[in-house]
Amino acid sequence: MNDTLLQLNNLRVTFPVNHGLKGLFTPRHKRSVDAVAGVSLQLNKGETLAIVGESGSGKTTLARALNGLVSIASGEAIFDGHVLHQDPDWSQIRREMAMMFQDPTGSLSPRMTVRSLILEPFAIHSVALNDPDQTAISLLEKAGLSRRFLDRYPHQLSGGQARRVGIARAIALQPKLILADEPTAGLDVSVQGEVLTLMNHLKRDLGLTTIIITHNLNILRHIADRVGVMYLGRLVEVGSVEEIFNTPSHPYTKALLSANPTPDPDATHHRIELIGETPSLLSRPAGCEFHTRCPWAKAQCSRVMPDLETHTNAANLVRCHFPLNELHPGAISRPD
Amino acid sequence: MSFRYTLAGRLLRDPLAVLGLSIIVLLVLSALFADHLSPHAYAELNIANRFASPSLEHWLGTDNLGRDTLSRVLQGGRIALLVGILSVVIAGGIGLLLGTLAGFGPRWLDNTILFLFDTMRAYPTIILALALATLMPRGLSTVIIVVVLTSFSEYGRVARTQTQSLREHEFIAAERALGASSIRIILRHILPNILGPFFILVAINLPVVITIEAGMSFLGVGVPPGTPSWGSTLKDGFDHIRTTPWLILGGGIPLILVTIGFTFLGEALRDVLDPKLRGER
Amino acid sequence: MKAVLQVQNLSVDFETQRGRLQALRDVSFSIDAGEIVGVVGESGCGKSTLIASLMRLLADNAILRSGSALLQDKDLLQISQRDMQALRGRDISVVFQDPMTALNPVISIGQQMIDIQHREQISKAEKRKRVINILEKVGIPDPASRLNAYPHEFSGGMRQRVCIAMALMMRPKLLIADEPTTALDATLEVQVLRLLQELQSEIGCSILFISHHLGVIAELCSKVIVMYAGEVVEYGPVSQIFRSPSHPYTRKLLECDPGRIKERSHVLPSIPGELPDLTQPPPGCIFRLRCDLATEKCLKQIPEAQAVSTDHWAKCHYAESAQ
Repeated sequence: MNDTLLQLNNLRVTFPVNHGLKGLFTPRHKRSVDAVAGVSLQLNKGETLAIVGESGSGKTTLARALNGLVSIASGEAIFDGHVLHQDPDWSQIRREMAMMFQDPTGSLSPRMTVRSLILEPFAIHSVALNDPDQTAISLLEKAGLSRRFLDRYPHQLSGGQARRVGIARAIALQPKLILADEPTAGLDVSVQGEVLTLMNHLKRDLGLTTIIITHNLNILRHIADRVGVMYLGRLVEVGSVEEIFNTPSHPYTKALLSANPTPDPDATHHRIELIGETPSLLSRPAGCEFHTRCPWAKAQCSRVMPDLETHTNAANLVRCHFPLNELHPGAISRPD
Repeated sequence: MSFRYTLAGRLLRDPLAVLGLSIIVLLVLSALFADHLSPHAYAELNIANRFASPSLEHWLGTDNLGRDTLSRVLQGGRIALLVGILSVVIAGGIGLLLGTLAGFGPRWLDNTILFLFDTMRAYPTIILALALATLMPRGLSTVIIVVVLTSFSEYGRVARTQTQSLREHEFIAAERALGASSIRIILRHILPNILGPFFILVAINLPVVITIEAGMSFLGVGVPPGTPSWGSTLKDGFDHIRTTPWLILGGGIPLILVTIGFTFLGEALRDVLDPKLRGER
Repeated sequence: MKAVLQVQNLSVDFETQRGRLQALRDVSFSIDAGEIVGVVGESGCGKSTLIASLMRLLADNAILRSGSALLQDKDLLQISQRDMQALRGRDISVVFQDPMTALNPVISIGQQMIDIQHREQISKAEKRKRVINILEKVGIPDPASRLNAYPHEFSGGMRQRVCIAMALMMRPKLLIADEPTTALDATLEVQVLRLLQELQSEIGCSILFISHHLGVIAELCSKVIVMYAGEVVEYGPVSQIFRSPSHPYTRKLLECDPGRIKERSHVLPSIPGELPDLTQPPPGCIFRLRCDLATEKCLKQIPEAQAVSTDHWAKCHYAESAQ
């Protein structure tokens, strides 16, 4: 009855800084930064989880660590029985865990035709095909492209078409998990809908489990079941998509939601404007790491780091001493 | 896509490329059919008729041993092309292999190979040629080894920088994420993308190699005496420059032509292969 | 009100390997003094060609087929390169998408900003004072001490503020903002938009704000120019166009924006079909092939601009009924 596909416990990914001679004079703890600083979560089969955050929040690094493109510094990651943090057989794992990259065209090898790009996963894992052409065509059609694209090169495709080829490649080996990094980045508004609809259909038809990495809140509502919000390499809020949108508990989530300009000239914006910019990973603020930009920060926030935990009135797991729905029921308006 | 926009089509619209190509084709043909084109056997001695001026019988006159210069120049083309192509292929192959390994491999491998490249480049070609020539028997193979040793690092460096810039591209990460091995990535995704700039380098380098061979033969450390290389013809002419200026021309003009031909072709290739000019979507 | 910029019948072609690509066709609009006008359109709509034409920075293979662009009395498309150079930075200036590449990485911020005042006949101390003043206005904390800092020492948001300060320092009449917030995170985007609004009302310049983000346009601009495949298909006040678009393309574009769809939906709208090949534009209306309302008339006749109300028009035969 075990429905868990992926389990992360306190996962950390670090990047070296100050290497070379300079490193000799730098204290050990300043020689690396935590790009992912202790992420714990659980993903069930068939679920779509979205990881949201701004640049530098560690969301892409998290995805790359799960796929072995960057190494896990500490913590545990278990994917369908594979222990990812103990130097596993990545080749086998990558067969079961497909990844889609941000740049729709740039993530396709430029001198290969669509046909060979789609058949590449089979070749890599030495899967013999009875009729390669038929396989390529049926995958293309699943991704919503006709067979006339088979002999095109990536630079002859539009962004949306290239993205569909990327999707066809991702589903080729029937993976258990798809990691999609910004699936709509670089696409025009008129094409984003197509891609999201396609991903929703594939999820329904193939029973896919997906992790979507994005900074675009607008697309989440239509595609994710659960959302995790990241800030400076940590999850600050995790909850179902409805609860994140309707009753955000963390001030950062709330600010992100309200910073999303809507094409409605009549909309009256109750905007929460954050002060300043995201702190550097090299100098994490003490206490709650968001207190430097939080409009509601209190004295306690700059001293004690909150845990990601449940609160009495908040539906979501939230890393905040004073979750919004608990203490600020009327805190929708702009703070002064 | 019509012929107009294929690589060959665009190349043929560039007059300099056409000129370069014609020169090269002419040289290759004359080298291939040297035996049939030569009016005389290139080794045929005729001491009585040494230092003859150009005439209908000997279009480019004869040399100090009375051998027909034109026949020797035609035969010399064979040697030049043989040395040029062989050494470029060998040096290019070594450079490509080491360069992609350095560019794609771990840091320590990169540093090691780079150190090798830098060491090889530190020696001036002619000095290395003279040093090696004293250690090895005179002959074509020595010439080729010298050229390979002095030039593979240049190919290697180009291959390395190209590989390094490619490995940052997202499609390489995408292939890795699919489970592709490093060897597969190098062979299927890196190599096809760096061959273009590589061929340009080869085209521009080929005349350099041919001049090195001529230079070594000129200095007397190249091909064995009697072999009709352009360099040795030049040397013979240089020794008797006051009496027989046509010998210099006989050895020099083909060298100039081959340099011009490959340089024009190389530059035209660069323009055609430049991705910024490849706009068709 | 007097127009600061008046563009009329601007058509630009590019000589390409496949033939002449008609990148801009018959583009006309005007910007009044103190107005913020948005340009919205998807990739391939001609936004960047429009900016390049106005700044006289078109590529070598571009051909100006027709048109004029009057910045007050001077035709930007006709004046000499030297005159244009004098205008750039003084009367008309640009903020680019990527603040890192727009700044010289090896010269300090202060020096770069003093350098751009090279035409001013004032002392260096005064130029410095001006720089500190404008940096303060764009919200750089303690500007005097940051003058010696280099671009890489600033964060992305701060860098874009510096670029805005540079563009506005000479109090230009027209600021062209080319997707200035696209490279920024959402929370920073909001800050920069607010800043632009404040500075605009203080300096009183006009802004031509290019974006593919409908939400940003709705928030910042008073008028909007909707471009599709090299044509302006609709022009008018933001409040009207976003409430009741008259061109089918504008309507579809608005429908597509996931930000507008507040209810969870598994099937999201899109605009099927592709951009037409602009080396051989199809006959009739340029949007016909992707339009649900297209009729025989749309094939036979290129639509003229149809007035919907004052200052609001759309290039569609059915502009009225499309609402």
